[in-house]
Amino acid sequence: MLLWQTSQTINFAQGEFVMLPAFFVLAAMKFGGLSFPLALGVGFLVALLVLGLLFKRAVVDPMLRHGVLPLVISTLALAILMKEGVKEFYAAEAQAFPALWKTTDLTVGGAAVSSQNLVIIAVAVAAVALLQYFLGGTRTGRQMQATAQNPALARILGIPVERMILYTFLINAALVALASFLISPIYLAKFTNGETLGLVAFVAAIVGGFNQVRGAIVGGLLVGVIDNFVAAYWSSQYRAAIPLFLLIAVILWRPQGLLGRAEERTV
Amino acid sequence: MKASWIGAALILGATAAHAQQTVNMPIVIELSGAGAVSGTNFRDGALMAIDEVNAKGGILGRKIVAPVTDTQSNPGISRAQVQKAIDSDPYVILGPVFSGSVKVNMVLAQQAEIPQFTGAEAAEITQMGNDYIFRTSFGQQVSMPKMANFIRDGIKAKSIAFLWVNNDFGKGGRDAFFKEMASRNIKVVADVSTESGQVDFAADIVKLKAANADAIFLYTNEEESARVLREARKQGVKVPLIGETTLIGQKVIDLAGDAANGARGHVALTADAPIPAVTAFRDKFQARFKYLPDHNGIKGYTAVYAIKYATQKIGKFDRKLLAKTMHGLTIKPEQEPGILMEATWDAKGDIDRISFLAEVVDGKQKVVQVLPKLGK
Repeated sequence: MLLWQTSQTINFAQGEFVMLPAFFVLAAMKFGGLSFPLALGVGFLVALLVLGLLFKRAVVDPMLRHGVLPLVISTLALAILMKEGVKEFYAAEAQAFPALWKTTDLTVGGAAVSSQNLVIIAVAVAAVALLQYFLGGTRTGRQMQATAQNPALARILGIPVERMILYTFLINAALVALASFLISPIYLAKFTNGETLGLVAFVAAIVGGFNQVRGAIVGGLLVGVIDNFVAAYWSSQYRAAIPLFLLIAVILWRPQGLLGRAEERTV
Repeated sequence: MKASWIGAALILGATAAHAQQTVNMPIVIELSGAGAVSGTNFRDGALMAIDEVNAKGGILGRKIVAPVTDTQSNPGISRAQVQKAIDSDPYVILGPVFSGSVKVNMVLAQQAEIPQFTGAEAAEITQMGNDYIFRTSFGQQVSMPKMANFIRDGIKAKSIAFLWVNNDFGKGGRDAFFKEMASRNIKVVADVSTESGQVDFAADIVKLKAANADAIFLYTNEEESARVLREARKQGVKVPLIGETTLIGQKVIDLAGDAANGARGHVALTADAPIPAVTAFRDKFQARFKYLPDHNGIKGYTAVYAIKYATQKIGKFDRKLLAKTMHGLTIKPEQEPGILMEATWDAKGDIDRISFLAEVVDGKQKVVQVLPKLGK
């Protein structure tokens, strides 16, 4: 969503972007002999370089000048390349990924609450709050917003547009790395993880509103809650279908998403 | 011109001589997809046995060649791979492990009259009148009664919640499980199906917990089992978690970490069996492949030695005779050490041997009881 706003980049490899940083960490531990905390740092830096800088320079910049569609197809190809690359050069089997936080049970009103889940929620909320502050409360963030709204005018005003777009890609890489480190202890690290995550992320973003950060958060919560409630109280078999029904309904009746803004473009 | 003809003849002659000195045993197996854990173990076990056999001169003087192909845990691809294997004129086919794949490809091997040694456990595989299919581990019709006895006598459960994977392995297990529970008056209070490759089990565990059963029986493939165990640990499930080899195998324990501790059940094969030959196998396997084998490693390993023993018994490479010989054959470790434990194949290709009750303690599978062969 960040990428779409600043550079009109639709990244269909976003799920694989979340899958990959966990393998950077595992590879740093396995081949580099690093401890887990050190490997996390290395994995984070490699994610910034590969999924931020390299992705922009090697895929987005050359393809975007040909239009959005070639870029979309390129990201689809990139998703396959990343998936098969991990399968070929690391492992086809699921890999255990150490938890950032030890799993202990807390009982709240008779319900067992996992401390691991609480940490994930806290980190996610903190990341979003930090991002919102950065975008709205700092000079660089406002320059990024200006770039997103009108790159030509931003350039005239002296904003380094290219650098702002690069920052967006780096922020995106940092967020996917964070998501990867949080989700992999639960889902296990596996080359196919991106398929599930990518689909859910797109549904959530479209349901909530593709052009609003708060829309994506609401969309994500809504899809997650509906998915789990359907599975727990109705049917496990149809759990994956229900969010798609929601997606269809939103596209039909509120195409900009629940919290999104309607946008007009000159064609 | 003449020289080139002579050269070609020499090459053909050398190729024919090479073919005569080898025996083709393709391994068609799950190396990616949901069955990657099982398939990789099976392949590595089989390759280890093949290298050992070849180092000692092969079978009847012929070295084994074993091209490996990946089914991607996909029944359609497995069928194509088995057809490809058949086209290479194999003596036997090893694999696959996934029941859904075996059900669609075993007909090809049957029609070509090629013995197939599978790691699949779905009950119906050996009940379809195929004289060329042979198990390397128990079918569900053998393992479920043993499991049910454990639930009744070991856990002393009156009610049980059941989670299973919606593939041929899971569906076959579900049918056998319900039958065995009904015959022992144990009430199944939750019946939760999950998908192969599923990653999020939060809602499924909520359902199982809400059923308030005396125990929970988990019947999914290895990777899903690890995720289920982790989720159960997160949600603070207190009742016993019970399963088959796919719940308390070493790979699951490695993936699930601390969450696997306390899980228990019946295992048809385990590398932690208190048997010196199995321990020696486990150590050799770990030294070579740098991980602990699970039951599928033993399946692949013993399959090769069963083929070797039966072939040496008949004294020639005859596929039809091999299949005929396998029916009713008992192999004892003193006759063929590579078989690890005494094993008997019945008229349908089902295998019978001792099995184990085990529990996960401190990240290791601990065998608590050895169960005798059914035929004893």
